[in-house]
Amino acid sequence: MSKKITIEPVTRVEGHGKVTIHMDDKGNITQSRLHIVEFRGFERFVQGRPYWEAPVLVQRLCGICPVSHHLAAAKALDVIVGAGTGYGLTATGEKMRRLMHYGQFFQSHALHFFHLSSPDFLFGVDGDPAIRNIIGVALTYPDLAVQGVMMRKFGQEIIRATAGKKIHGTGAIPGGINKNLSIEERDEFLKGADPLNADKMVEWAEGALDFFKNYYVANKDFVDNFAQFPSNHLSLVRKDGALDLYHGVLRAVDAEGKKILHDIDYQEYTNYIEEEVKAWSYMKFPYLKEYGKENGWYRVGPLARLNTVDFIPTPLAQREFEKYKALTKGKPNNHCLHMHYARLIETLHAAEMIRELLNDPDLLGNDLVTKGTKQKEGVGLVEAPRGTLFHHYRINDDDQIEMANLIVSTTHNNEPMNRSVNYVAKSVMTGKDVITEGMMNSVEVAIRAYDPCLSCATHALGKMPLEITLVDNDNNIIDRKRSR
Amino acid sequence: MSNLIKFKIDGRDCMSEKGNFIVDAARENGIYIPTLCNMPGVKPKGSCRICTVRINGRLMTSCTTPVADGMEIESNVAEIQDLRKSIVELMFVSGNHFCPSCEKSGSCELQALGYLFQMMVPRFPYDFPVRKVDASSPKIIKDQNRCIQCKRCIKTIKDDQGRSLFAFRNRGHRLEVVLDKELGHLMTDELANLAMKNCPVGSIIKKEIGFNTAIGSRKFDHQAIGSEITL
Repeated sequence: MSKKITIEPVTRVEGHGKVTIHMDDKGNITQSRLHIVEFRGFERFVQGRPYWEAPVLVQRLCGICPVSHHLAAAKALDVIVGAGTGYGLTATGEKMRRLMHYGQFFQSHALHFFHLSSPDFLFGVDGDPAIRNIIGVALTYPDLAVQGVMMRKFGQEIIRATAGKKIHGTGAIPGGINKNLSIEERDEFLKGADPLNADKMVEWAEGALDFFKNYYVANKDFVDNFAQFPSNHLSLVRKDGALDLYHGVLRAVDAEGKKILHDIDYQEYTNYIEEEVKAWSYMKFPYLKEYGKENGWYRVGPLARLNTVDFIPTPLAQREFEKYKALTKGKPNNHCLHMHYARLIETLHAAEMIRELLNDPDLLGNDLVTKGTKQKEGVGLVEAPRGTLFHHYRINDDDQIEMANLIVSTTHNNEPMNRSVNYVAKSVMTGKDVITEGMMNSVEVAIRAYDPCLSCATHALGKMPLEITLVDNDNNIIDRKRSR
Repeated sequence: MSNLIKFKIDGRDCMSEKGNFIVDAARENGIYIPTLCNMPGVKPKGSCRICTVRINGRLMTSCTTPVADGMEIESNVAEIQDLRKSIVELMFVSGNHFCPSCEKSGSCELQALGYLFQMMVPRFPYDFPVRKVDASSPKIIKDQNRCIQCKRCIKTIKDDQGRSLFAFRNRGHRLEVVLDKELGHLMTDELANLAMKNCPVGSIIKKEIGFNTAIGSRKFDHQAIGSEITL
């Protein structure tokens, strides 16, 4: 008898989603989908608002990485107020924004690794769900849990010092920033008592990376072969090919490393990227126009970034990057679970960048804002923790927003996440009548690797129910299980 | 001869010059009575009612009632505070006040009063009125969603010929404060800055300078409204 399996909601991710898996009467997977079941509507209700409200308004999309939306919107508005693209700001303006951004990367990546994903590595994908959560980590590995919490705290404090608040601040304004860093704030981050100082954060970021590398050595087959499939990869890169999370040009490579998007100016993204709408999800499916819907989809995020960039401009992360690239002999890495590896290299890079920026006297400057000839339209891109984030605005003669288009990181990863779900479902569920909790979590592990932000809803200590429903061909429910 | 008179607020002995309005007399004696429509130097109208006090059992607006010798005034008592709180709540539900994206957040008197009265959630249903944003002036944006019709802009924002740039239009629930099209286009930067400053909420916003005051430097970031008065 054919079946339909529903996983709703997916747990230990940001936001609400569900998975449906269809099986035929022989137990073969015929279709699997990740559905995003929420609708946000920010692109509509920002219309009519004065343009300078956008960075503050749209960041309310998310409570985990609002800084990404805040900065992407501010960068789009930099263009509109004539401050140029990326490099047009004052040194203080740009570097304060960068510090904010790297602070956010650090806290968001720490959140994902320690709070959301480490339970799978510490207790096993099919471990006891009663302890396979952050509380289980805190009880069993208290030192590791404290590191996770304190790393996140450090990143959040950086955001507070640059944006005014840890969540939903107002620091970035069109053309610059509304505050500099005080000497006291800088010294606190550089010389603060352990563990809340930049040196300790670099040390702990290295420790977290070592933790994953050890896990990888012990579980190489699993990590290498779990949901591994070829794909294109897209991200911002600095003009010289370096990893740059705040600004650059758009580059995409295929699964073999051939450039398929050649370092373009992202102001022209509509010439290269198209979005497809499907009836069963509120999330759109972007693809590279030139390669069409079938072949033009791509991945974004840590895995993609380390596939598109040529090097990382901080020494410790570069050293790790070289080891990481050696695993695939310099070719793009298409292993789903290597996303954790890449994410932790970026975490180390973020810690190094924070330390470097804190030592830069430009942060203490008073020249905060640049303006020039006003434009009607602007596009702002940043690399958010989860991938490339597009904000595009057009204003009318009265300074009101008349069009907004956002392509958020998780949207780019829509097709790859669907493929990962399909891959894992086929691997672990084919021919099975009974769905175990471990099978359900395997599907989630694949989704979780992308660190998707399905919206700004929160998960609750791994207790948000994952529900799998077995349904026959006529959609009659045969079995249903919830992971509590 | 001295014009000083004696009176009491919540049982506390106070003194002020004869003829002063209660709200001003209270301020002189270090007692804060909340206001919204009232502004120093502008003839009071008592339109918002937030300054309501009780005198001899009667509710009166303290911005329009002169203090009298021997007067006993009740202000900081539960019943009156709850009345004031309900006025603030009604203002929130009768407009569209979305503090998270409002530039005046942190410097907004209505928001500050919400905090002062510990308004967690209004007790009244939201009206969600459909209101417009007038962005036609080159200097300011007049956002009707946030307007509480206090008239402070009508009374204080005038051109060099004494003409008010703002005026009431329509009546009843359709009443709104509008900017004169012609005068709005001639508005100076100084007048635009003053209009934004005098607006107690975020209904008048100067164009193109949004959010340039960092969190931590806003009017009520560190002190509750009225705390500069209270002894």
